[in-house]
Amino acid sequence: MTEHKLQSTGVKIENLNLSFGDTHVLRGVNLDIHNGEFFAFLGPSGSGKSTLLRAIAGFGPKPKGRILIGSEDIANLPPWKRDVGMVFQSYALWPHMSVRKNVAFGLEERRLPKSEINERVDNALDLIGLKHLAERKPAALSGGQQQRIALARTIVVEPKVLLLDEPLSNLDANLRVQMRREILELQRKLKLTTIFVTHDQEEANTTADRMAVLDQGIIQQVGEPMKLYDNPTNLFVAKFLGTANILEGEIEAHADGVRFRSNNGASLALNAVHQQGRGSIVFRPQNVEIVKPGNHEGADHNRIAGSVCHMEFLGSVIRYGVDIGNDVVLIDHPHKQGESTLALSSKVDLLVDRDGIQVVA
Amino acid sequence: MAAGLLIALFLLLFLGIPVVKVIFVAFQDPNSGQLTIINFVDFFRNSLFRESFVNSFYVATMSVVLASILAIPLAYFTTRFNFGGAVLIQTLGIIPLIMPPFVGAVAMQLLFGANGSVNLLLDEHFGFTIPFMEGLNGVIFVESIHYFPFILINLSAALNNIDRAMEESAQNLGSSGLRLFRRIVFPLALPGFVAGAALVFIKVFDDLGTPLLLNVNNMLAPQAYLRISSIGISDPTGYVISVILVGFSLLALWVSLLSMRGKDYATVQKGGGGLMRRDLKRWEKLGCYAVVIFILVLVLSPHIGLLLLSFGTIWSFAVLPDAFTLDHYYTVISTSSQYITNTLLYAGLAALFDVILATAIGYIVWRTKLVGRKWLDYGATAALAVPGVVLGIGYLRTFHSVNVPIIDEPLASWWIIIVLAMTIRRLPYALRACIAAIQQVSVMLEEAAENLGATKRRTVWRILVPLMSGGILAGFVTSFATASVELSATIMLVARESDAPLAYGIYEFMQSAAGRGPGAALGVIAVLFVGIGTYISHTMIERTKRSRETKPIVAEGVPVK
Repeated sequence: MTEHKLQSTGVKIENLNLSFGDTHVLRGVNLDIHNGEFFAFLGPSGSGKSTLLRAIAGFGPKPKGRILIGSEDIANLPPWKRDVGMVFQSYALWPHMSVRKNVAFGLEERRLPKSEINERVDNALDLIGLKHLAERKPAALSGGQQQRIALARTIVVEPKVLLLDEPLSNLDANLRVQMRREILELQRKLKLTTIFVTHDQEEANTTADRMAVLDQGIIQQVGEPMKLYDNPTNLFVAKFLGTANILEGEIEAHADGVRFRSNNGASLALNAVHQQGRGSIVFRPQNVEIVKPGNHEGADHNRIAGSVCHMEFLGSVIRYGVDIGNDVVLIDHPHKQGESTLALSSKVDLLVDRDGIQVVA
Repeated sequence: MAAGLLIALFLLLFLGIPVVKVIFVAFQDPNSGQLTIINFVDFFRNSLFRESFVNSFYVATMSVVLASILAIPLAYFTTRFNFGGAVLIQTLGIIPLIMPPFVGAVAMQLLFGANGSVNLLLDEHFGFTIPFMEGLNGVIFVESIHYFPFILINLSAALNNIDRAMEESAQNLGSSGLRLFRRIVFPLALPGFVAGAALVFIKVFDDLGTPLLLNVNNMLAPQAYLRISSIGISDPTGYVISVILVGFSLLALWVSLLSMRGKDYATVQKGGGGLMRRDLKRWEKLGCYAVVIFILVLVLSPHIGLLLLSFGTIWSFAVLPDAFTLDHYYTVISTSSQYITNTLLYAGLAALFDVILATAIGYIVWRTKLVGRKWLDYGATAALAVPGVVLGIGYLRTFHSVNVPIIDEPLASWWIIIVLAMTIRRLPYALRACIAAIQQVSVMLEEAAENLGATKRRTVWRILVPLMSGGILAGFVTSFATASVELSATIMLVARESDAPLAYGIYEFMQSAAGRGPGAALGVIAVLFVGIGTYISHTMIERTKRSRETKPIVAEGVPVK
């Protein structure tokens, strides 16, 4: 198969709503996924991410709203007329057919001439490097091989969009990293719009060009992985994408700039924000420095006094918990061999970089 | 381990040796005692036997066809549609099994026979009759109504086990409708269907009671029985037929294994299984209900017929009996209560032996490293391939010369032999129940007891057996219920009327027109035994299943050996 044959297009979802009985599974979903993009739906279980993916493929209850593939609204088409290729979480390889038969299935359904089917199946099997297993039954293959066959079976029909439902969840940890790279490489080679569902932030971060974080059927935020990590717009996104310190308090405008006063009295300077009144701030453990009291390095940083209340050794970093009154702030300190650690109960000052503070709703 | 040896010895004595003996005699010259195939040659030279062979084959095949016609739509309705009658269909799948086919056979003749209710009505209103019950037709009709649940259950399970993603991935690749059914759904469900069909074939092929009661004697099992009971245990024909029956049993088991092997499409993965179901339109729903109700009436007809017969005074050349009475029940209880008490005793003992053997075998196979332990399982399960007639003949031949000391009579005519036959016949079922139960108990629970100082024996008694109790009880009840209507093996082994169990009593009564009423009353009692037993066993299994769901006993991720 050569890349220029693929008719990849973007996907546009407009005001999609879906409910099972009284439960709203998807609420007002709007998305614009660009042509050739590797896009992730990220969220906890029950967030609606799989339902959204299946709705694009035409499975499950019928949603309200529009699903545009290129310029065509496919929301009312049956699954077999949509031309969106889906790789199932369980791979769904048919156990009664050989690998070759599995891969040929979609082409046979399209009533293509035998010679063309053979050629395209051979090319697809070559692409995933499993041509030598063509006559085997799926049950005789390893998880990684089954995964590749499932991919080949889908892309051989040259769909306009590729959907991957938790593609790595059935693989063990080592294979997962390898398959992740393979899938990404393949996607780059084919330049095929790809949407994949995952509950694993690392998976989304490492592969996706952009991602949508979902919770309770609502899209919480859309953007590049690093942008979402650094600038979450709400508490859910902040917490779901990684460890976050969250302080509640008041945001006040002062003569010398905007300040945040936490419930326990700590006062932090913020970069200019428009919001005032009650609010929360979020900052990541690695954006905080831990210093001895009286150390005047970083005088332009926000400074909070506290005492070390717990310590976890995580390998590349040491995570300290520092009691600052009503809250415990987590700090990640890079671990270097030979460096001594702070004793529990020792008094410390925390330096919080104001660029690392994000105000959330 | 002593227990293992004892069980092996028991299986050898009461299953291995009798069956080998039967096969051996079949290949032995009756006069000179030399090994020969002359008995088989003689068998196939005789036109009656050739006809019997063809008839048995024909009846078994046609029963599979008719049973499939009944089962396939029902299985399809429940697995494809959101059909309100699903519970009804499940019930349909159980009702026939609680009545042994031979019990309903006579009642079916009164309903569907040449002068039965249905044909009388047809003749009166439309001027024609249908020969439902003529000769082989009757056997096919009765057997397929009785055994179609085997296909229904296996096929429904196979359809339900298909992962929905199998169907969705085909749709995603552009397939739909009939093509999708032909290429994906049908091949995936086929192994389940074949397994059910093979089971039906062999059950019908081996069945003795139904053809005997319908007076169809030109089939293999009745011929074997008649030759042995009228000519004697030295006549080689019975043995030749036995070998043929065993051969076909093995063939059927082999076919069903073959169809399953490498195709164990237990394809359900997390995320919900079963095919896509759709809602029915109004007229479709009506159609479905019509089919279900038609089959329900058919399936219930032996039960209804039996009830009418047991309460009716005279029922002959009439749509319904002339009048109703309780006399038949009175007769049965006052004159023939030994049938009932014998059955309670025999089936109770057999079920007790079964669960003891099954628990012991289960323990040895799954919890010890005894050399050759798998063979105990295989040995006990091999009883599945031995038709009742064959076991009966084997016991007669093997034990007629073995004298029981104190009572001084051959083992073959002592009532205990009936219990032993029932025990062997029902052991495979009890074994499955007990093995399923033992597999659900995590080894760690036993290890914890041993760690706290309990010996192996105490651990089995205080931890394993209580945790298995649901399965053991279910095994007991199933064995009891099915043993209480066992006919094909016991009919050979009943030496005197006073030792006879229920099934034999029904057969005896049904021989004469006057005995039909009391026979039907006994039949109703037998159906009650089996029905109540099945219900209890079902609730027991369900309850254990439910309690396991809330408190999983098996630690997740720990393979239970």
